[in-house]
Amino acid sequence: MDIPFTTKARPDTGLYNAKLGIWLFLASEVMLFGAFFSAYILLRVGADPGAWAHGLMNVPIGTFNTFVLILSSVTVVMAWAALKAHNYSLYRNCMVITIACALGFLVVKSFEYAEKFRHYEVWMKDGTRMTGHIDYQDGAVKKHAYLWNTKTLSKKKIESIAFTPDAPNEWMPGQYYPPMTKEQLEHVKKHDGKGDHHHEAITIKSADIQRLSAFVPAHSTFFAIYFTMTALHGLHVLGGAIVLSYFLFRGRKMWQADPDHLTNRVEVGGLFWHFVDLVWIFLFPIMYIL
Amino acid sequence: MHTATHTDVQHGTHEHGHEDIGFWRKYIFSTDHKVIGIQYGITSLAFLFLGFMLMLAMRWQIAKPGEPIPFFGPILAQIFGDVAAKGIISADLYNTFGAMHGTIMVFLAVVPLGFAAFGNYVVPLQIGAPDMAFPRVNMASFWAFFIGCVVMFASFFIPSGAAQFGWTSYSPGATTTPGDGQTYWLVAMILLITSSLLGAVNFIATIIQLRAPGMTWFRLPFFCWAQFVTAFLLLLAFPPLETAGLMQLMDKVLGTSFFLPTGLFVGGNPADISGGGSPLLWQHLFWFLGHPEVYVLILPAIGMVTEILANSTRKPIWGYKSMVYAVLVLGFISFIVWAHHMYLTGMGTKISTFFQATTMIISIPSVVLLTCLFMSLWGGSLRFHTHTLFALAFLPMFGIGGLTGLPLGFNFSDILLHDSYYVIAHFHYVVAPGTIFGLFAGVYYWYPKMTGRKMNETLGRIHFWLSLVFMNLVFMPMFAQGMAGMSRRMSDGGATYAESDGILGLSAATIQSNTAISHAAFALALAQIPFIINFFWSIKKGEKITSDNPWESTTLEWQTPTPPPHGNFEKPIEVFRGPYEYSVPGHPGDFVPQNEPHKKN
Repeated sequence: MDIPFTTKARPDTGLYNAKLGIWLFLASEVMLFGAFFSAYILLRVGADPGAWAHGLMNVPIGTFNTFVLILSSVTVVMAWAALKAHNYSLYRNCMVITIACALGFLVVKSFEYAEKFRHYEVWMKDGTRMTGHIDYQDGAVKKHAYLWNTKTLSKKKIESIAFTPDAPNEWMPGQYYPPMTKEQLEHVKKHDGKGDHHHEAITIKSADIQRLSAFVPAHSTFFAIYFTMTALHGLHVLGGAIVLSYFLFRGRKMWQADPDHLTNRVEVGGLFWHFVDLVWIFLFPIMYIL
Repeated sequence: MHTATHTDVQHGTHEHGHEDIGFWRKYIFSTDHKVIGIQYGITSLAFLFLGFMLMLAMRWQIAKPGEPIPFFGPILAQIFGDVAAKGIISADLYNTFGAMHGTIMVFLAVVPLGFAAFGNYVVPLQIGAPDMAFPRVNMASFWAFFIGCVVMFASFFIPSGAAQFGWTSYSPGATTTPGDGQTYWLVAMILLITSSLLGAVNFIATIIQLRAPGMTWFRLPFFCWAQFVTAFLLLLAFPPLETAGLMQLMDKVLGTSFFLPTGLFVGGNPADISGGGSPLLWQHLFWFLGHPEVYVLILPAIGMVTEILANSTRKPIWGYKSMVYAVLVLGFISFIVWAHHMYLTGMGTKISTFFQATTMIISIPSVVLLTCLFMSLWGGSLRFHTHTLFALAFLPMFGIGGLTGLPLGFNFSDILLHDSYYVIAHFHYVVAPGTIFGLFAGVYYWYPKMTGRKMNETLGRIHFWLSLVFMNLVFMPMFAQGMAGMSRRMSDGGATYAESDGILGLSAATIQSNTAISHAAFALALAQIPFIINFFWSIKKGEKITSDNPWESTTLEWQTPTPPPHGNFEKPIEVFRGPYEYSVPGHPGDFVPQNEPHKKN
């Protein structure tokens, strides 16, 4: 038994089955991510003043990743066009670049995640807040603290932490503990983002801390939606990369068996890939810039 | 002559079926749409039974709060421990049963039975296709569903028990309730949603791409149209619930605050969360699915009833094209009515007014559908089989369900009726005597195609009449209870709020009707015994059918051997006619199959 129209288009619809299938699947994906974008808007509009963590993303890295994905979108089309032109080796090269871009994107993203996991906000009992890094001594070695929170302090019986604050940013201007003089503020601003962008560590007593959180999903609704959406997007990138790798490594065999079938499969995989890129094109501005 | 061809055909089928695939590939990990349909059918019927049993336990507790359940009580105590100590259902266990009854009935029983089981079995046959467009995706869809079912079922047996916060799982309550029940619920739901997504893509692609030559859109049986629209609803409405599920899972597991507001206190202490989330967001995302889901429940049943009524009245469906347009409009509007479930959230009068208007508008296509079906009866010469009876009963039952929904659609009356037993009565009229009667009709009608034998008529009639009477005895009094102010989620049947000297409350009559309703529910359970016996007994002992088309139907599923072999049709099939050419003037016999060519003049 053969299913009709697996490679040949049905005359009255002009589509082969998988092409229709992927468009339907993408429609549902639009609803999936659409609901996330709607949630983003609702959460942002409803956020308490000063609660929407803003301006903490690394824009140059994000921009770099955006171009990586755009490049991969171009090469995946070229891969398909190469198959249409019966040029298998060009197809293979384009596919290699596409998959390399996908993996590159994921590697950069995981470094971005790790960076966030050792970046903190601390809410003091006197109502002030600040962001920065925590270092601790492990024997003779100075280490960055990863993924600590308020519970870590009590669990590890830490009485005070060495906290290196960031410069004030537009998200929470002038919120400092202890309150700084004008000169101190100037000093911090001057050095921020230029090499040694941290000024000296200050010591904060655990007893004075209301809440401590790294930039993890539980930190705030911004990071909650940032991590949820980018992780889901990352899973799509990974899934796409796996499928495209299959077309790359098994491609020769499929090409010899039925060239049209491989071409169609690459087209369908490519459509999914464009969608994944498109999601990022929306994610990048709302998470990094706006 | 018919008999002869039939036996030959069946013999041939057997030889084909055993062609070099083993037991596992043939019956368990099958890619054949018919086997998958039956797998869905068996799984969902089992869960239908489980959901019904949960309801019976709850009904006992409502009627006799604090009294141990006879016979089953010790078993419950054994399984659930403290929450069912001495066989008495505690409030916590009542909540669990309530949440799981709803979840199981909607997502694990009625939708998979109506959409996935019948859809898988019947749709490819009716459109003249050899299988679904993506058979392996179809198999993946079933297994995602099955694993989801296993996770959902397993959650009963974890130490903290299953989800407790209603099938709607409103946050923050669902998130802050201690225990892992909700986490299991969410994981299971994500699997079920994934499954229905794969299924929906497959159905739409199949109906668009694999229609047999000559099967134009307006020759498509109405059941396929109903499934087509249902698939679109699942495709586009379910993903937002997946979004919401992922977000609630994050709230539950990673401590985010998507649905948890600032300043939330849990158990008298400030919650250790960032806050800033929106409980209303969950409700919007949930009901964005939740409302189209109602049509996912009802449309396949309407489709089946249409097929069966056309066949039983021996005349074409009155207004087939109007029904097609109506179902398309219905599908579209069902996406913009969701917030009528949320009039009491304080989302604002302007929004309420908008959704009130769309809700009234959506009743128009529903009424078109029902009217066409009623008009189809006019002048028909009915053949009364059990499936005819169920299909006929569907019409007034669904009508009652629909009409009693109008006061809930207007926000001024909904404010009084919201969350009362009136709501329970309303939507159960749509899904229990409505959809489930439609599904029973479908089981009786297509059973001979699947097994080669008819179900027993006498048992069928006992099943039908008892079900009809007791269904109404269960749900009709609930309208009165709801209007008397009885709230829907009370584990003691409202005893706490009973009227006493000088204090306003629920009247004695309102509370006493709990007992009557529960007795009717137990009787309804007994009324299902003939069906269960009939269903299993008929597989081996039912009356053998003598033709592949025992009901003398026009549609293509009856033009296949019985049961259809892998690949369905023995020779390429072509369609020449509309779906309901019954009693065509001047034609010998009172039906003309869709694949019968026109005579050349």
